[in-house]
Amino acid sequence: MRNKYVAFPYVGWMALFVVAPLIVVVVYALTTRDGSLTLDNFSSMLQYAPVFGRSFFLALLATAICILLGYPMAYYLSRERGWLRRMATMLIMLPMWMNFLLRTYSWVFLLERNGLFNSLLESFGLPKVNIIDTSGAVVLGMVYNFLPFMVLPIYSVIEKIDYRVIEAAQDLGANSAQVFRRVIFPLSLPGVLSGITMVFIPSVSTFVISRLLGGGKELLLGDLIEMQFLGSAYNPHLGSAISLVMMVIVLVCMGIMNRFGEGEEEAMLL
Amino acid sequence: MKKNGVVSRLLLAVMFLFLYAPIFVLIIFSFNDSKSTAVWNGFTLNWYVELFQNRAVMSALRTTLLVSVLATAIATVAGTAAAIGFYSMRRRSRTACLAVNNIPLTNADVITGVSMMLLFVFVGQGLSAFSNWLNGLQWVEDANLWFDFSFSLGFGTLLIAHITFDIPYVILSVLPKLRQLDPNLAEAAQDLGATRFVAFWKVVLPELMPGIVNGMLIAFTMSIDDFVISYFTAGSQVSTLSMVVYSMVRRQISPEIKALSTLMFVAVLILLVIINLRQARQESAAARRRHAAARQP
Repeated sequence: MRNKYVAFPYVGWMALFVVAPLIVVVVYALTTRDGSLTLDNFSSMLQYAPVFGRSFFLALLATAICILLGYPMAYYLSRERGWLRRMATMLIMLPMWMNFLLRTYSWVFLLERNGLFNSLLESFGLPKVNIIDTSGAVVLGMVYNFLPFMVLPIYSVIEKIDYRVIEAAQDLGANSAQVFRRVIFPLSLPGVLSGITMVFIPSVSTFVISRLLGGGKELLLGDLIEMQFLGSAYNPHLGSAISLVMMVIVLVCMGIMNRFGEGEEEAMLL
Repeated sequence: MKKNGVVSRLLLAVMFLFLYAPIFVLIIFSFNDSKSTAVWNGFTLNWYVELFQNRAVMSALRTTLLVSVLATAIATVAGTAAAIGFYSMRRRSRTACLAVNNIPLTNADVITGVSMMLLFVFVGQGLSAFSNWLNGLQWVEDANLWFDFSFSLGFGTLLIAHITFDIPYVILSVLPKLRQLDPNLAEAAQDLGATRFVAFWKVVLPELMPGIVNGMLIAFTMSIDDFVISYFTAGSQVSTLSMVVYSMVRRQISPEIKALSTLMFVAVLILLVIINLRQARQESAAARRRHAAARQP
């Protein structure tokens, strides 16, 4: 049942609403308010270099933590049998059905000065901790929100590993550590790579998490862009330039990473 | 593989606690007899009653549901058609199309939102200039016409944005099903006298159904949960639930919002449990049938 013409409406749609917006961004980034060509938008971005640095650092940190927490979680889930395994995907996806902003903001209730976590610490006689409105809280928010995007691809890749491959390794004398290191881990790498993409990109560009949990004191890239379009520092030309640079940096990073992964694009979607 | 020991079970439990703790807090405090989220003042269902009288929240809920349902419906049909089209293309054009299709998926939400907003504003300005120009023409004046093509951000642009980021999910979940499809099936149906349309409707579509449903669910989840792209493309007149929550944060999250989220969460939970139970029952029925068939001489 082949018919390529049914795709044409969507190709037109993509041209209008996927490609054209990006062209408009490029045009805005290269012009001033009165419409003349300029590169000033890019040169005036230099003052925001610390913001770029902080955003990429926090996003990398969050991604690393997501791997450290998400990989064991996916691995152990895939070893479960019975109801937990049948419900695993559902259990990981379910939190996403609580409104994203609410579930992020809920951490404020948990962690604020007189919040639940601190009262718990107090009842054990431990000192209170101040997490809210720090960079630590921002990283926590990123990890919390995007952890499912790390666990799901890894889980679905591990789950599909042919059990006979593992048995073969055991028959050939590998102990369980060797089986993991030489068989399961290499085979699960495509899942890890798509997990990294799916965690890193939303982390580096978020403005919601930094505003809710970071107190809006330390700007991230997302805040910077949002401010240029809907916020106090209205300047869509500068905002477009920042978006463009961020997009290029992210694309280059992902391109380099996918070289290692031999282009496993299909693994991206569950 | 070995089964999980106590330590790994414990780790799983802690991880799930991490994922669910904030949600439990919200649910519990939606029953709190005070606006506070730190102090428990006793149980009440008041917020659930007041929820339905809160105009702003109810109108945002209507907008959210309407835009999600419409966008998902359109994206499911368009995405399935597009997937079939992509699958039928030659390799090179298919690769190009898939690369563009991937842009909304891999691009940061902020950039998707911002770029669509710029486009809408840009086109809106262009169209209003164009209508001004038309209205200034002599024959238009003579014919007593008045053109106004200008538009501003609102429900229409919000819907377009949602459709745009929903379709790629549908395509990516339908394409693998197309690859698994046996091309002989449709031909066999046509040999047996089915028209092309009937062969597609009765043979191909049911085979694709799991992929389509999966894509539809992902698209709906994304639409309901989206904040960033809506925030940039909805303008100031229309609000989705997320936008209402965002405007409340930093002042005070109203307890009605917690109540509403609890209701939505429970609704989804029930739906998923039903789906799961049905699947489990179907699986065990299939296993019984296989078992019975195996025992036949």
